[in-house]
Amino acid sequence: MDTIYYLIQNMLPVAIPLLLVALGGMYSETSGIINIALEGIMLFGAFFGALFVFIVQNSGMEPQTILLLGMLIAAISGSIYSLLLSFASVNMKANQVITGTSLNMLIPAVILLFSKMFFNSDGITTNMNFYIKEIPILSKIPVLGEMFFQRTYLTVMIGFAFLIVAVIVFYKTKFGLRLRACGEHPHAADSVGINVYKMRYAGVTISGILAGIGGFFYSVGVMDGNVSGHTGVAGFGFLALAVMIFGQWNPIKILFAALFFAFLRTLAYSISLIPFLDNLGIDQTYYKMLPYIATLIVLAFTSKRSRAPKAEGIPYDKSKR
Amino acid sequence: MENYIVEMLNITKKFPGIIANDNITLRLKKGEIHALLGENGAGKSTLMSVLFGLYQPEGGEIKKNGKIVNISNPNDANALGIGMVHQHFKLVEIFTVLENIILGVEPNKMGFLQQKEAREKVMDLSEKYGLKIDPDALIENITVGMQQRVEILKMLYRDNEILIFDEPTAVLTPQEIKELLHIMKEFANEGKSILFITHKLNEIMEVADQCTVLRKGKYIGTVDVKNTTKEELSKMMVGRDISFKVDKKEPEVGDVVLSVKNLTVPSKTHKNNAVKDVSFDVRAGEVVCLAGIEGNGQSEFVNALTGLEKPSSGVINLCGKDITKSSIRQRSIDGMSHIPEDRHKHGLVLDYKLEENLVLQRYWQPEFQNSGFIKFNEVRKYAERLIDEYDIRSGKGSETITRSMSGGNQQKAIIAREIDKEHELLIAVQPTRGLDVGAIEYVHKQLIARRDAGKAVFLVSLELEEVMNVSDRILVIYEGEIVGELDPKTTTVQELGLYMSGAKRDGIKENKDGE
Repeated sequence: MDTIYYLIQNMLPVAIPLLLVALGGMYSETSGIINIALEGIMLFGAFFGALFVFIVQNSGMEPQTILLLGMLIAAISGSIYSLLLSFASVNMKANQVITGTSLNMLIPAVILLFSKMFFNSDGITTNMNFYIKEIPILSKIPVLGEMFFQRTYLTVMIGFAFLIVAVIVFYKTKFGLRLRACGEHPHAADSVGINVYKMRYAGVTISGILAGIGGFFYSVGVMDGNVSGHTGVAGFGFLALAVMIFGQWNPIKILFAALFFAFLRTLAYSISLIPFLDNLGIDQTYYKMLPYIATLIVLAFTSKRSRAPKAEGIPYDKSKR
Repeated sequence: MENYIVEMLNITKKFPGIIANDNITLRLKKGEIHALLGENGAGKSTLMSVLFGLYQPEGGEIKKNGKIVNISNPNDANALGIGMVHQHFKLVEIFTVLENIILGVEPNKMGFLQQKEAREKVMDLSEKYGLKIDPDALIENITVGMQQRVEILKMLYRDNEILIFDEPTAVLTPQEIKELLHIMKEFANEGKSILFITHKLNEIMEVADQCTVLRKGKYIGTVDVKNTTKEELSKMMVGRDISFKVDKKEPEVGDVVLSVKNLTVPSKTHKNNAVKDVSFDVRAGEVVCLAGIEGNGQSEFVNALTGLEKPSSGVINLCGKDITKSSIRQRSIDGMSHIPEDRHKHGLVLDYKLEENLVLQRYWQPEFQNSGFIKFNEVRKYAERLIDEYDIRSGKGSETITRSMSGGNQQKAIIAREIDKEHELLIAVQPTRGLDVGAIEYVHKQLIARRDAGKAVFLVSLELEEVMNVSDRILVIYEGEIVGELDPKTTTVQELGLYMSGAKRDGIKENKDGE
């Protein structure tokens, strides 16, 4: 039982960045823009979030307050960076995949450069600890309390809150209905007076906010508050895209997909705790490949029945009917 | 002076290389049905898109109730009470009927959707006008007819009083057309004003009060429908006399070209077979028509014939050669030409140039390529010959991007390509779908010309008039089976209808000439 608690407690902080970034990808794709740049936006958000933490870490501020403020900074920087994608793909009608790829390539280099210039290191190292031993009251609930509310991060609660918001926004609001229409049939949306360009800007900007936060949460929950220009976010941005596709562009399914990948990753890092797997004598490195191999396999089998938003990736042009 | 609810005065709209609307004036009275008639590419849809705010005209003005208004987007049009049913429906496939109706004018509280009140209003409207819909069905799962009812409800939901119908009957079955025309009359009686784009003269004669005719972007005239005839209208539209009868001499029937034996094709949508044990022959020099109501297995049958789908059993012989398992290219080489049902999906590569589309069946022949390199000079020469011979009209000649051409001219391009290549059998599937009378006449003449040249023609059609006029022999398909073989000279439209609806059946005549 302790092993299970341990796995779940360690899995959630890993799952949350995936969940948030995949949800971000969903906002963008339902509006009709493919956001390959998630990886870069994550790192961009993580960098500024960590920079903020680095600056204030010795000011005596409450750690959870710093986390929330860092999240805000990451959200703002992520959304600003995503504007480049919006501008290129909405205003300039550029190829979205190529734009996204170039945005991805830019960021690690920039971070390395600045880190070398100002910190003489490969990234930012902070000594802040955001770990929560147990949450009052909630952690006392039998079983569930230990699973979800002990030895965790505030990021987990915030992540679930964003999930609930996403479900409501997509399926219960005017905004969500219009957003989805723009990714499916922008001409239909246009013909009923919806500004497709504006909605696409909105979708990408929200994805930038979520990816920025996701990046910061990755640095908090997975990297112990550090950011490195070398390892970046270890492909989590792309993994999030896989999670989104595996989750069939549906928030709840995306949650389960994110948990699935996070579970595999946590398992891979906790082999020594599970006697059965440990005794097999397989090198740990192979286990660490698991989430990525699973991505390949899952996508190969699910992509056939996956249904992406119909108009995604196609720049909207009024005159083409 | 009379009171007009909408006046479009001296509207001019230009596109690169073409003047779509040249100084056009159209006046609509309250409570009237005003038909807008013209060939494909005459500028009807463009004019209506201007009124609906999708395009901005370069010249002219629009007045509503005598006051000049500026319509720069569909929201402005909606605010003025103008609604439009587009030719290609503007519905989001993965949304429900209800979501599509409210999209853009969603009832909401603080941004949260209030579907309940919307549902009540939609159901009231649906009941009032007999527009049957299922509000919770997804658009991708409902019939074209129901999709159109959704489009109409979209306008009613917005309380529009000026309704634009852009070729609404092109996609409907005869029964649905009847219902639609009835509903349009009802709207007019209630004081709504209707602009009705069409090129079907019968429909204009039946419902319209006034009719404005456009030709090649120019205004030809407005006539009172009560005081005119079909012949006069078609003359205005095309600029010459049109014959509604297809002139043809007696067929000179030759050898069997296409022979189908016990062909069975599975269905992709349901478990039963779409085509069940079908056998017949088509001979050189005759037009055989496969008639039937849409969805009775015609598409699957043609797909099996042309190699787009695999039959589960049966044999197809073309000029004595078994082609049941041949590739599509091989069938084409063996003498099969195909004018497909969906010209956008299977007939043309829409974003290619016209010349590239024209050579699509032949680019691999030595005439057009050398070790894999295409001889573009030859392609250009060939395309220009076809454009000339088959009178294919477009903005920039052989370099026109096919997507920008009108439907009639796209169809002409396909016909030119398929007829000009070596062939013994011409398969034409709904070749006149969505075309105007001028283009229909052209297509029919080409089909008959093929027949008279000693080729076999296999026509699949839903249009009763076309079936009766063009074919030498009619096969009726019902639920995937051939239920009757009729002679157009001795049968009547009513009898044909009985066979098509499954009310009558007697199977195919076995080898009537005793061979």
